[in-house]
Amino acid sequence: MAKELRLMKGNEAIAEAAIRAGADAYFGYPITPQSEVLEYLMGEKPYEKTGMVVLQAESEVAAINMVYGGASCGRKVMTSSSSPGISLKQEGISYMAGAELPGLILNVVRGGPGLGTIQPSQSDYNQAVKGGGHGDYKLVVLAPASVQEMYDFVEKGFELSFKYRTPTMILSDGVIGQMMEKVELSEYKPRWTHEEVVKMHPWATTGKTADRERNIITSLNLQSDVQEEHNLKLQAKYKKMEEDVMFEEVMCDDAEYLFVAFGSSARICQKAIQNAREKGIKVGLLRPITLSPFPSVIIRKYADKVKGMLSVEMNAGQMVHDIKLAVEGKTKVEYYGRMGGIIPIPSDIVKALETKLIGG
Amino acid sequence: MAELTFQDIVKEENLVYKKTSLLTDKALSYCPGCGHGTAHRILMEVIDEMGYQDKTVGVAPVGCSVLAYEFMNIDMQQAAHGRAPALGTAIKRIMPNHFVFTYQGDGDLAAIGTAETIHAINRGENILIVFINNGIYGMTGGQMAPTTLPNMKASTCPFGRDVSIMGNPLRITELIANLPGAYYVTRQAVHTPNNVRKAKKALKKAFEYQMNVKKGTCFVEIVSNCNSGWKMTPVQANKWMEDNMFPYYPLGDIKVPE
Ligand SMILES: Cc1ncc(C[n+]2csc(CCOP(=O)(O)OP(=O)(O)O)c2C)c(N)n1
Ligand code: SF4
Ligand SMILES: [Mg+2]
Repeated sequence: MAKELRLMKGNEAIAEAAIRAGADAYFGYPITPQSEVLEYLMGEKPYEKTGMVVLQAESEVAAINMVYGGASCGRKVMTSSSSPGISLKQEGISYMAGAELPGLILNVVRGGPGLGTIQPSQSDYNQAVKGGGHGDYKLVVLAPASVQEMYDFVEKGFELSFKYRTPTMILSDGVIGQMMEKVELSEYKPRWTHEEVVKMHPWATTGKTADRERNIITSLNLQSDVQEEHNLKLQAKYKKMEEDVMFEEVMCDDAEYLFVAFGSSARICQKAIQNAREKGIKVGLLRPITLSPFPSVIIRKYADKVKGMLSVEMNAGQMVHDIKLAVEGKTKVEYYGRMGGIIPIPSDIVKALETKLIGG
Repeated sequence: MAELTFQDIVKEENLVYKKTSLLTDKALSYCPGCGHGTAHRILMEVIDEMGYQDKTVGVAPVGCSVLAYEFMNIDMQQAAHGRAPALGTAIKRIMPNHFVFTYQGDGDLAAIGTAETIHAINRGENILIVFINNGIYGMTGGQMAPTTLPNMKASTCPFGRDVSIMGNPLRITELIANLPGAYYVTRQAVHTPNNVRKAKKALKKAFEYQMNVKKGTCFVEIVSNCNSGWKMTPVQANKWMEDNMFPYYPLGDIKVPE
């Protein structure tokens, strides 16, 4: 069968992927630059086709708690927002992590703090990767660098979030959300039936039948020894997540220097590599695809081979600290970035490489 | 005739009342005399009598009844403070043939969760909201609630609620009765056998409306006591409730289906 190709915005790709992945529900609240997700879903009326629930909630707080309610029933449920709205969702995300619920959260990041700007940014890196809400927890964090990856990471995100019973965040940005690219669409997957859910997710609140004890979804443990045991279990799970680490290496074989960048920064670095190589600088790119789990092992490996790494980020330098932790001082690690919704340009990235690492 | 022994009396056919199997054997953690336990019981009795254990999902709040799932022998979710109606919305929309209820205190429902409450009801979510109004934050040690009466003392208004500074008690039930999505709104109590019977009848109606009529949210308020928070004996608390709470929160139906 011929591949089904379509020219789409990143945000639209997310919505189309949700329908085709057999998602059970989407709950959202408008905010630029991601409102197309809800708009597209409402336009497609999946509730008439697949039975998928689509609802505009009264706030991001309500939306994430709807995700909690639906996920507790063992269903594939998702929400999307941008930075200020993601801050509001942190309470619910923490509860989901504590209650060990799956679920998908898209953050199309814009510049902050506060209301900030509606222009693209990566300044929510720390919030996404270090937890974000209260308590010791981690999410699976996927960083798409193309519209195709926006599409693909919906199914991947659900898969990982059910595998680990941990919410997955797709950490995108205004560039990837708004730009249009060709997307290869997948076949429609049917939604799980109630019977399938009961079988696959015996922990879910599907109604207490005579053959099992009642199911309780909660993040509450009043006794500290029980809570610590729960924390240890969560930490062990986060450790195990490392087996699903994903990254991409671009022209790394002969590289003497490495850009480390994710999302749209990584796209710009590809151009910067071309420019640098024309000047005779052997530089490659290591692109973390999972920001959590972080590709520390591969970064550590390159630390023995290269003369330095430049973390290129659309923020004040957040991922750079994780790179430094990974290399353990084995090589020089510097940061270059822009903030406030300004996108770095390739020539400035090369200049930063020259002044901070090669000349320095 | 031979004298009746204890064994002669304790027989299945003589049983006039027993604990529903939808309550677990765990001892209630509520203070003696607290209305939460009675409210739990009648709610579970209704679900039991309807034969709906396997098709019910309940949502527990944050408040003294956060542990409702320890006592109710059904599938339950515990919500963040005030968010229960958002959870209930998703559960019911995803599993429309299940019976879905939230169980919430006055701080949970009428302060931090006001937005979730009003919007779920305004959308006409086909769920039951059980609202336990004891005029105080029981769980956290008796602080002022949105429902605390004028001049009533609480730990954060130790000289009584001064409405000129602290605002007025919120009759949220009257407010939500105005929403088109509210189908059945009633205010009950559970401190006397007569009130228990009426409250149970209201819950039964709410169950039937949700499962058979499907025309919007049912909202059953139960004006209850908090003898610990009110710093009274259970008997004093019930009397105080009749004398002070009921005039401000009068019992009876507020909105009934046409
Ligand atoms: C976000 C958040 N804020 C505050 C609290 C603390 N807290 C726990 S229960 C409660 C009040 C509960 O009062 P109410 O809903 O009236 O229930 P009651 O205990 O009286 O039945 C508060 C403020 C919390 N758990 N979470
Ligand atoms: S503190 Fe009040 S509401 Fe809580 S269990 Fe005791 S009497 Fe009941
Ligand atoms: Mg209360």
